[in-house]
Amino acid sequence: MDTRIVSAARQGVATRLLSLEVNGQRQQRAVAPDITLLDFLREELGLTGSKRGCDLGECGCCAVLVDGRPMLACLLPAADLEHSAITTIEGIAEGTALHPLQQAMIDEGAVQCGYCTPAMVINGVHLFSGESRPDADAIRTCISATSCRCTGYNRIVQAFQSTAERLAEDPR
Amino acid sequence: MNAYRIVGTPQPQIDARDKVTGRARYTDDIRLPNCLHAAILRSPHASARIRAIDTARAAALPGVKAVLTGTDFERTFGVLPISKDEPALARERVRYVGEPVAAVAAETAELAAAAVALIAVDYAPTPPVLDARQALKPTDDPLHPELQRENNLHKQVEQRFGDPEAGFEQASIVIEKRFTFPSVTHAFTEPHAVQVEIDGRGNLTVYSATQVPHYVHLALAEVLGIDEHRVRVIKPHLGGGFGGKSDPFPHEMIAAKLALVTGRNVRLRFSREDVFFSHHGRHRTQLTMKLGFHPARGITALTGDFLIDGGAYGSFGVVTTYYNGVLLQGPYPVPNFAFRCRRMYTNKPMCGAMRGHGGVNPRFASEVLMDMALVQSGLDPCQARIDLIHRENTLTINEFRITSVGLQRGLEEAMRRSGWREKYGKLPYGKGIGVACGFFISGSALPIHWNQRPASTVRLTVEFDGAVTVYSGASDIGQGSDTVLAMMAAEVLGVDLGQVKVVAADTRLTPVDLGSYSSRVTFMAGNAARNAAIRMRRLLVAAACRLLALPEPGYPAPAPPEDGFRQGGRAPDFDADFLGANPDYSDGFEFADGRIRHLDSGKQTGFIAAVHAAIEGPGILQTVGNYRAPKLGGSFKGAGAGLSPAYSFTAFIVEVSVDPDTGFVKVERATCAHDCGFALNPLAVRGQIEGCFHMGMGQALMEEVLHYDGAVQNAGFLEYKIPSPFEQPEIDLVPSISDESEGPFGAKEAGEGPLAPVIPAIANAIFDAVGVRLFELPLRPDRVLAAMHKAAGR
Ligand code: FES
Ligand code: FES
Repeated sequence: MDTRIVSAARQGVATRLLSLEVNGQRQQRAVAPDITLLDFLREELGLTGSKRGCDLGECGCCAVLVDGRPMLACLLPAADLEHSAITTIEGIAEGTALHPLQQAMIDEGAVQCGYCTPAMVINGVHLFSGESRPDADAIRTCISATSCRCTGYNRIVQAFQSTAERLAEDPR
Repeated sequence: MNAYRIVGTPQPQIDARDKVTGRARYTDDIRLPNCLHAAILRSPHASARIRAIDTARAAALPGVKAVLTGTDFERTFGVLPISKDEPALARERVRYVGEPVAAVAAETAELAAAAVALIAVDYAPTPPVLDARQALKPTDDPLHPELQRENNLHKQVEQRFGDPEAGFEQASIVIEKRFTFPSVTHAFTEPHAVQVEIDGRGNLTVYSATQVPHYVHLALAEVLGIDEHRVRVIKPHLGGGFGGKSDPFPHEMIAAKLALVTGRNVRLRFSREDVFFSHHGRHRTQLTMKLGFHPARGITALTGDFLIDGGAYGSFGVVTTYYNGVLLQGPYPVPNFAFRCRRMYTNKPMCGAMRGHGGVNPRFASEVLMDMALVQSGLDPCQARIDLIHRENTLTINEFRITSVGLQRGLEEAMRRSGWREKYGKLPYGKGIGVACGFFISGSALPIHWNQRPASTVRLTVEFDGAVTVYSGASDIGQGSDTVLAMMAAEVLGVDLGQVKVVAADTRLTPVDLGSYSSRVTFMAGNAARNAAIRMRRLLVAAACRLLALPEPGYPAPAPPEDGFRQGGRAPDFDADFLGANPDYSDGFEFADGRIRHLDSGKQTGFIAAVHAAIEGPGILQTVGNYRAPKLGGSFKGAGAGLSPAYSFTAFIVEVSVDPDTGFVKVERATCAHDCGFALNPLAVRGQIEGCFHMGMGQALMEEVLHYDGAVQNAGFLEYKIPSPFEQPEIDLVPSISDESEGPFGAKEAGEGPLAPVIPAIANAIFDAVGVRLFELPLRPDRVLAAMHKAAGR
């Protein structure tokens, strides 16, 4: 059954006060107790950069960082995350300075419709936060977490590779 | 004069930064105040009569503001005026699993979903028609009785040119095979979504994830029974379309009606399952094709009989029915040609336009048969194709005007780069190389709704601050059309790309553009944008001349075609408002670096100074440019289908390895020669070709919409598998080298044509690898293995 029906059955019965740290900011809202992280971000906070492609954990478009690790926001009960730090695509750039991967995605033509792009960046940011320079296989594995129907992935792979090279020369 | 500053250089999309930061707003990202949420109840039956619908419990739920059923809509609709057969909500009967039956608007999405679950529909199931062959059988209960047929035929097209029987007699080889193709789907990442904003005067602003705002605008007014001027359709950022968002949809009608009924804003979004239900993908196809070939004469005859499964409603199906046949008129001359295509109604989600519309499945058949004929003739499949491809400036037997063709040289280069001669027929067992070619339209020369208006119109303004704004109705669906229009305006006006703003796909602010389908935008909207910019350039040159005390240059009237070919051999469709296609705009001035310089005298003025001088009189600088297709084509019935001002040509050379134990096919590398004329944005062209490869390879090897009793069985991304980054090979791209005199700056399409040849190229490579031919898609490991076993006599 549609999860929305289930939660509707509970709606009005109970809401709870939920406080989450999102992009370094503590945010408190009264919400349905079973709200997903994706709904919390998109519907409660208006952070719509995390995309909804399936709501079932299949497309990967809703990825966010939870304590630095990529997770699918559509599968996570927001209530479990009160002690976690969440970073969405809106929190990746530092001011106007893009993450090198964001810049590379632009420059290499890895962005077409852009619907997969936030999740690609989120996964990539995690990949590049590791120590070592990722090899081609690690890059493809990382990219394969998100469905992209536009690009055939070639330019995205290219963007990741050029980011890896750039970070190897000039570690942040 | 190829000294361009911007066109021809690789440019990231102008909104790429918004997309990598999450700032880009897609339809469901919009937040309208005081908004109701809508939900749709869908049919669980493939075929049933609706005896009664009880909405009382749903309507009584606190917070529910409106409930709609089929009787709330009087008119059916459809993208083609000739098949407006789809209701916004089913009336009296349902025709597929997932068909919208009722809808609710409520204060929250949860409430709306709960409310539709409370609607009780009394169905009387009837036996469904589940495939096209069954649909051919006589019945007294067809899906669409209004057509008054004794079976479920939607559309039948038969065309015949030359003398196919005589052609087969002239052949040294005649091959006939049956082919089967499942339905495949677009699988764009952004599900359909719509939001409707209503104002105090009852005007509707409809934000929708659509490729065709103009058609949605027209359909909304008609279905809702309101004046067209009360509707405004805006396409926000769009997460992929590929043809799957190129129809007006029931959910758009439903959301708009809910807004009218409640007087409130309304939001509606699809689940991924809803997207699969709504489908509009490639038709399931069964076809028989017969090819006659002679080494000295080329193709002597080609005939085909196509049976395509359209699903429950018309969509673009009439066009698909034609395209199955007529797109076989390239990339090689076919002097004797006949086909019959029948589109059948069945009780399944409807099929419509999908990338490479109608031409993809027949292309697989023709290129596999071609390969068989060439191999049997002892010819090199690559070299022989090069020799056979259409020559420039020729007419096909069905009177398509072939203008530029850059594929001979392109494929020669691809052969060289891929090491074809060293590899073909010489690789070890299990490894193979194959080739296939294709061609595609750069927009349809004729509109869907017959009218005399230009095919595309662009308005362009320059303001006091030097901002250049392109107002275009064209929909950027991720392909980068906003960027390419901006590039062309920037090129003509000598300004930076950043100085050009694009206002697009808003039916109140932008001139009519028919939409993003049939690969028409770069060619048609591109020509319109270029012409608008040329007119603006002339205003600024006039102002510069006043400032510099120079005489104004005279401009030639658009030249009538010299050889008669440029305009199809017919009276050109010039009028006073039309600059022609891709006109030369050299005027003795150079626009660059914020300056306008007279080349002869060296006198110059600032761009902004010229803007200020030009703006003094009218107060605003505004020009219009448009594109009209030349009059093309024959006078026989159906001559308009497939007519295009220019055609793209593509060849793919693909290397595969086939696991002899499992039949698993892996594509190792690919080389592509795509003739898109002048590549306006090489980065975007590459992206389109790589994306086409992905989608073509998916259809070749794994994709298939499965049904059980008419219900989609794999309505999700786990079950409907698309290729991952591990399957996608490197693609070596031969730069396009032709020049299309009527395309803007010489450009043709690149978004769809490259898809079709991918699939037969893979199949032909499998033949080179393991010596088997397959005639049914997808080329699954079990099928490949079975064919290998059969070939080995096991
Ligand atoms: S929305 Fe598709 S995985 Fe979360
Ligand atoms: S760019 Fe469209 S889905 Fe990846």
